[in-house]
Order: sequence, then structure tokens, then C-alpha cells
Amino acid sequence: MKPAPFEYYAPDSIEQAVDLFSQYNRDAKILAGGQSLVPAMNFRVVQPSVLIDLNRVGELSYIREEGDVIRVGAMARERHLEFDASIEKRTPLLHEAVPFIAHPQIRNRGTIGGSIVHSDPAAELPVLMTALNARLKARNTSGERWIDAQDFFVGMFTTALEADEILVEIELPFMPARTGWSFMEVAPRAGDYAMMGVAALVTLDESGKCIGAKLVYLNAGEGPIHAEKATKLLEGENLNEKAIEEAAVLASEKEINPFGNMHASADFQRHLAKVLTQKTLRLATQRAGEVQ
Amino acid sequence: MTQSISITLTVNEQEYTRNVEPRLLLSDFLRHELGLTGTHVGCEHGVCGACTILFDGESARSCLIFAVQANGHNIATVEGLAKDKDNLHPLQQSFWEAHGLQCGYCTPGILMSMIPFLKQNPNPTEDEIRHALSGNLCRCTGYQHIVDAVKLAAEKMK
Repeated sequence: MKPAPFEYYAPDSIEQAVDLFSQYNRDAKILAGGQSLVPAMNFRVVQPSVLIDLNRVGELSYIREEGDVIRVGAMARERHLEFDASIEKRTPLLHEAVPFIAHPQIRNRGTIGGSIVHSDPAAELPVLMTALNARLKARNTSGERWIDAQDFFVGMFTTALEADEILVEIELPFMPARTGWSFMEVAPRAGDYAMMGVAALVTLDESGKCIGAKLVYLNAGEGPIHAEKATKLLEGENLNEKAIEEAAVLASEKEINPFGNMHASADFQRHLAKVLTQKTLRLATQRAGEVQ
Repeated sequence: MTQSISITLTVNEQEYTRNVEPRLLLSDFLRHELGLTGTHVGCEHGVCGACTILFDGESARSCLIFAVQANGHNIATVEGLAKDKDNLHPLQQSFWEAHGLQCGYCTPGILMSMIPFLKQNPNPTEDEIRHALSGNLCRCTGYQHIVDAVKLAAEKMK
């Protein structure tokens, strides 16, 4: 058998899951969709002695609107995000980006919570959570707390969760009015990890000036990289080609820190980042002018 | 002591009950415990798509699911497609007619990926077909005849 032996628990409530995780803690891993954890276990790179499977915790699987946010249970499948009408309407950036996550066969199993907690710098969901100002609810036996996405991804495969905390819910604020969006990435083949990717958001005022922007990059450093200086450059401007190019140059040359890999050198990744920044900003600006 | 868990699941409309060790992958369970060797095992880490099955009607990599997780669920494998050897499923018949395979190793995974795809997209464009095939690796054909076979199947299944 490929993976090393482990003890298996399949709790059917959050409470049970949290209790088990607190009991076995350092020896245990949480199994969500398994689309990253199981490959790592098949390679025996990861050998947990206890596996706590959340797939029977029905109360972790939902997507619903509440006031001006969408609440998503940590075990909602990526495939459900892809076809959810609330997500399409309220957070169209997420709707556009989810089909870039691997393949349908993977999205059928992979979960929003699993991908967020895995915190792979090349993954789409951590970038999207950062761009959308998501809040993440963590729970352990002593209670729950909210963590802003900006503070959650602390490094490569590393999050702000304490050792006994389980991510249970994701809160996505509706995108603000007059906000345009675009997500683009370049991968060697459809569904592969991207060599570079960017999520862009642009908010315009009624006269068409930019009053807020976001540029968040994947595979551009140790986690989702938010190019804050480049977005500051855009604020107060009419987003013409010159403004867009200046922001793209600043972000791609100064703010991201790609490492290079077998598919792309760091220089090529910076080149991709510049081109993708220009393309996404153009499209986001155009869409911001079209939406109300 | 090794944990052994009793599971009951439905595979191709037949119910099975077995005791399994938690670390047994669903792909190995299907092949070694049930003898359903139509589900092929290629990379065993979720990249090649050869082990694709339907889990409650949705395509999934059986090498990334533990057999215990399938307890109470409904699995479909390539063995369930044809009624018998003279009555292939229209998708299989199309692969036959359009020469959609050479060595055939990737074929069961491709078929099980295309079943839900064609259900959701009964009139796919070539681009959509190629995109839907991107999660299944074939090292023989260059994909052209596979694309032709899926187009033919879409016609047949209308």
C-alpha cells in the first residue's frame, strides 16, 4: 500500500472533529478533499499517525448569503463554488478564477478550506481570499476566532492557525459597487500549476477615477503576494495605458519575489507578471465601467 | 494493531461489504479486493487521470480517495458502462470506431471523465472537449482521435 499506516476517524460533527484534533493534535492531520494531502501521503512525504476525515461533517458544507457577505463552509467543494449563483453574482472574481483550479475531477473533491489551509503559494484560492478580503473562522475546543486573509497566509505551506485549530468557515464580503475584476494565469498545460497568475480588482468613482485596487499574485513568493505600492499608484488616477504600465512595472520588478522553477526562470515569471498585470488591469477597468 | 474497518458500498449497482485497512486507496480496493481491474493505476498521485471513476456520479481520482471514505457511497467504474461485450456503451463504441485509443491504458479514465462531461455538455465544441480531456494523460495518440471519438459520442448520444 502506498501510504504509511494511520488510525482513521470520521467524525460527523464539528464538535467531535475539534475534540479529536485536540486529543491527537501533533500526530494528526485533517483530511478535507485530499487532493494535496493524499498525493503527499502516497509519496510518504507526509505520514500522519492519525487522520481525521471531515467528509462526514455535513454541517461544514454550505454556501449561503447573509446580509452583505457570503458564508462558505470549509468543506464546500471547489466544484460547488464554480456553479454557485451567489458567488457568480456577488464575487465574480472568484467565479471567474475557480475553473483555473486543476481539473474537474480534482475540483469535484477539492474543498475551499483544504486549499486555503494547505497554503500552497502556487494555488489560486489563497490569492483569491486575499484579494477579496475574506475572513476565516478557526475553531478549537476553547472556542472560535476570525482571522483576516491578509494575516492568515504567513509563509509557504504555513498559516496563522494554531496547532489545534480547524478552519470551519470562510466569509466573503460582496464585491463593492463599480468594481471590475479579472483573474488570469499562465500554465504549461490547462489545469497545471501556473507559472504566474494575478487577481486584479479595480473600483472606480462616478467620474471614472480609480478609488481602490488590488493586485494579488500566485507563485510569486512565499504566499499570496499583494502588490500594495502598485495599487497605491493607481488610486486617484484615470486608468489609462500609462498608469497601467507604471503599476505593472512596479509590481513585477519590485514587489513580487518569484523563485523560478523547472518551467520558468524567475525573470520569465516577472515578465509574465508584467504582461498579466496589464491585461487584468485593462479588463478590470473596463468591467468596472460597465457594472453598477 | 492495524485498524480494520467494515465498509459497505455500491459499485456498478452491486453492493459489496468488505473489511479494509484505512490506508487502502479506493483504486487498489477496486482492483485487488473486487477484482475490477478496468480502473487503471498510473501515477498514483492524482496527475494522470487513469484511475478516474464516478463517485456519486461525479468524476474523481480513485487514487486520491481512501476506500473507507467510499463507505455508503455509489461508485461507477468502466466495467459498468457496457451491458455485455456485444453491447458497448455509445461512448465506448465511438472510441472503437474513431480509433480513440492505441495501448488503451488511459482509456478507462478518459471514458469515466467523459461520461459526466457529455451529460453536462451534450453539444461540446472541440475546445471544450480538449479542455475536458486536459486532466487525462495519453502518451500514444496525440489526442486527435480521442477528440474525434468524443465528438462522435456526442452525436450518438443525442
